Amino acid sequence: MLDRLKEFASNFFVTGEPMIYMSDVAIVLVSLAIIFTLTYFKKWKWLWREWITTVDHKRIGIMYLISALLMLFRGGVDALLMRTQLALPNQHFLDAQHYNEIFTTHGTIMILFMAMPFIFALFNIAVPLQLGARDVAFPYLNAISFWMFFFGALLFNLSFVIGGSPDGGWMSYPPLTELPTDPGPGENFYLLGLQISGIGSIATGINFIVTILKMRAPGMKLMKMPLFCWSVLASCIVIIFAFPALTIALLLLMIDRMAGAHFFTMTGGGNPMMYINLFWIWGHPEVYIVILPAFGILSEVVATFSRKKIFGYASMVASLMVISIVSYFVWAHHYFVMGASAGVNSFFGVASMIIGIPTGVKIFNWIFTMFRGRVRMTLPIYWTMAMITCFAFGGMTGIMLAAVPIDYQVHNSYFLIAHFHQTLIGGVVFGLLAGLYYWWPKMFGFKLDERLGKWAFWFFNIGFYVCFMPQYALGFMGMTRRVYTYPADAGWTSMNFTSTIGAYMMGIGFIFMVAQILYSIKYGERDLTGDPWDGRTLEWSVPSPAPEYNFAHIPEVEERDAWWEMKQKGQSLVQLNHQKPFEPIHMPNNSGRPFIMSLFFFIAGFGLVFNWWWMGAVGLLGVAVTLILRSQERNDSHYIPAEEVQRSEAALGRF
Amino acid sequence: MSTAIHKSSHGSVHESPKYKGKVLPLEYTSHEGPLNILGFWIFLATDLILFGCLFATYFVLRTHVDGGVTDKELFDNITGFTAETVILLTSSFTSSLAIFAMRNNNKKRLIGWLIVTVILGLSFVGLELREFIEYYHEGYTMSRSAFLSGFFTLVGTHGCHVSLGIIWMISIITQIARYGIDAINARKTFIISLYWHFLDIVWVFIFSVVYLTGVVS
Amino acid sequence: MGLHLLGRLFDGGGIMSQPTMNGNKAPHVPMKNLVGFLLSLILTFAALGLGLAHVMSFGMVMFIILILAVLQIVVQLYFFMHFTESDGPRYHIIGLAIAVIFVVCIIGGSIWVMTFNSQAL
Repeated sequence: MLDRLKEFASNFFVTGEPMIYMSDVAIVLVSLAIIFTLTYFKKWKWLWREWITTVDHKRIGIMYLISALLMLFRGGVDALLMRTQLALPNQHFLDAQHYNEIFTTHGTIMILFMAMPFIFALFNIAVPLQLGARDVAFPYLNAISFWMFFFGALLFNLSFVIGGSPDGGWMSYPPLTELPTDPGPGENFYLLGLQISGIGSIATGINFIVTILKMRAPGMKLMKMPLFCWSVLASCIVIIFAFPALTIALLLLMIDRMAGAHFFTMTGGGNPMMYINLFWIWGHPEVYIVILPAFGILSEVVATFSRKKIFGYASMVASLMVISIVSYFVWAHHYFVMGASAGVNSFFGVASMIIGIPTGVKIFNWIFTMFRGRVRMTLPIYWTMAMITCFAFGGMTGIMLAAVPIDYQVHNSYFLIAHFHQTLIGGVVFGLLAGLYYWWPKMFGFKLDERLGKWAFWFFNIGFYVCFMPQYALGFMGMTRRVYTYPADAGWTSMNFTSTIGAYMMGIGFIFMVAQILYSIKYGERDLTGDPWDGRTLEWSVPSPAPEYNFAHIPEVEERDAWWEMKQKGQSLVQLNHQKPFEPIHMPNNSGRPFIMSLFFFIAGFGLVFNWWWMGAVGLLGVAVTLILRSQERNDSHYIPAEEVQRSEAALGRF
Repeated sequence: MSTAIHKSSHGSVHESPKYKGKVLPLEYTSHEGPLNILGFWIFLATDLILFGCLFATYFVLRTHVDGGVTDKELFDNITGFTAETVILLTSSFTSSLAIFAMRNNNKKRLIGWLIVTVILGLSFVGLELREFIEYYHEGYTMSRSAFLSGFFTLVGTHGCHVSLGIIWMISIITQIARYGIDAINARKTFIISLYWHFLDIVWVFIFSVVYLTGVVS
Repeated sequence: MGLHLLGRLFDGGGIMSQPTMNGNKAPHVPMKNLVGFLLSLILTFAALGLGLAHVMSFGMVMFIILILAVLQIVVQLYFFMHFTESDGPRYHIIGLAIAVIFVVCIIGGSIWVMTFNSQAL
């Protein structure tokens, strides 16, 4: 009996690696600390009432943000481990198996569990306020989106201590990831974790499309909407049309592994290339999903800190929409070398070059906006300028890769790695950090310290170039991706060593960011007006942080940059409070069901990972019950009485 | 946008909400009505992509039979899938009659036609299960060839969608029985009927692309 | 008289009908629904008959069958799904149109990418 238990435990828990044991200890200690703190301060009810059952977009945005920053930490640690292993040739800091697991988790976490929640955080925080709305179209669904992401990410993140990490790369190509060559639960964690969180992503896409189309303030026609909202609309259009392809790719691979099907196997007529086809039908639009909001943030930041309206608003809108549509016609450029016909490759190559044109339009428009504006050099602008520079160059290497003959030489080399890191870090991360610094005061009521932020900025930026520029050279020198070590006589050592130094500089930059946040909580400049940047859009017209109902009176909009126009005319929301009577405000109820349903999905996923069909069934049954209960629901909202609104506005100094 | 709905903060509608001078049907008259309905159309667009990917996979793998049964051999008996098609088409018709009854404010007929739809849906699923079990007994399983994997997954996913729809429809029938036809129930009924029609559209393609292609090839 | 009886079959007891989008009261006989049902049956059996007849090449037959399927979609959308109704700008039509374009692109593109013969260049 004890022997069976020991055998089970040795398979169930990951064993044999000191780093894993240390992580086990850390996880247990942190969990105990959290439980102890909550119990000691008697905050369990508060946690349930204020955060776990919330449907408020502002709270959900903050939860997404915390998750994204935690995942940035884990993904970053993965990166540092890899770079440490590769700093010198023939090292054995990580063996090949461990290295495979780390690059798999690094990629999956950074794209799906860091970038996606980061953009969703900013969607939630900014869009309803910019539109003059009180919440998103479907607040309950919004909560489901978050908790599905949370439990999907949790399932994936558990794998390195329980069962074993996936190790087939973040794209998880068959036939390597089929059962004969990848037995064990690791790959299942990947498939199920992504499947669960993917449902949340599709729901977010639907939610924000309806919010933007139907819930704008009176007078705010689409062409008067802030550009960030346009970028969110474009991104969500791509989300809803891309994620189902991922759902199918993962589902079919899962069916192959669990039911012995032959979609992507080497036998039985399977065709592994079909997975790659389906995966990239999702995968290419995915990178546009994450970059489009960054483009939107840049438009906001550039206009605000140049004190000018954005140059070429209509062309900005058009280019966003063109990018989102054309992003659908380029997917095969991820596998030019796989042997499709010349016609196929040519088409996708040309399309991949065409998509650079609307992006170029945007870059010029940002530059033209700043030209002859009186640019205030704050952290959002720092990150914006860094993004424009870095992303433009990264995009250019992308155009190089779009030329099929070049791609044949550098596909899956370090040239490719440098390209996508430059666009993803230099474009997405820099842009999202600009947005984070920009909207932080609105979320939390204080600004982040500029001085520590500049240290973080320079370490991260310079570190980025030190890390990735050598990798372009390494690509040309022939170093391929996903190698866990390399020979000493390849001539790659100095570039690799330099690259590792850059990675550590980026790590120091991250530490500065954490220090900045902790420091600013206590000493950061408080935002007392709600408008710390002299902003142009409606989110700056409400206090920081905004009250539960956002706007006591929804303003009428006449122009673009609605808040700027109001300020020019001497109007404010305080005036509205005095001009119009307070009315009861219609608000959605909190609900525990999103959390519980997602928990059941987690249980089902956990069971299916280990092929414990009974647990999978129990979980899915729980999901069905929560869905039916929701179907039966008829009244899920309440009214905040007018007197309470008045009191709340008075307490905020607005009445 | 119809401001009569959104500006009213007391929930009740003081005048009949209109769009472009025309009065709106009941399902659009609550606060959530227009939002949920538009949201559901968008969800159907995502489901269309989902099935599109399954169709693409089926197309590509259709001829990969690994020496086993081909689609021509598997679908040589047309009565099975023709019956399924007629039943599902009729159920789509009856669900449209349910909406018709709803717009005529006829609660009994609404529930009646919804129940007929559910029964037809159950018959469809029953016939499909029988078809799958028959194939299983003849050794035509998902793990035999890529073609069969594609077939069972595409048709099975549709069948799961239908089964979910049946449960959902029953849940709505209970609510109509208890609360009658009001703006909330009208919205819910309209949305489930959209879902049901969508599933019929997908089946039309399954009928054409899967079964008829087998017959023709 | 027959139409009146047909009306009684479908609407016995409704006190107040709801309005339709063109402002009239809801009709008593579901003519639209009946027409839609008949059309979809005709289109289905036409496709079936064509498929069984084996008179044309594979490509030709499939092309016509797909056209018939697309027509059935239009029938469903117009006659059953109240596709043309809306409480605002017709975003749902735009959304569905984009979805159809992407589905054609995905299915067509996948077939194009996956059916290749790299030797035959």
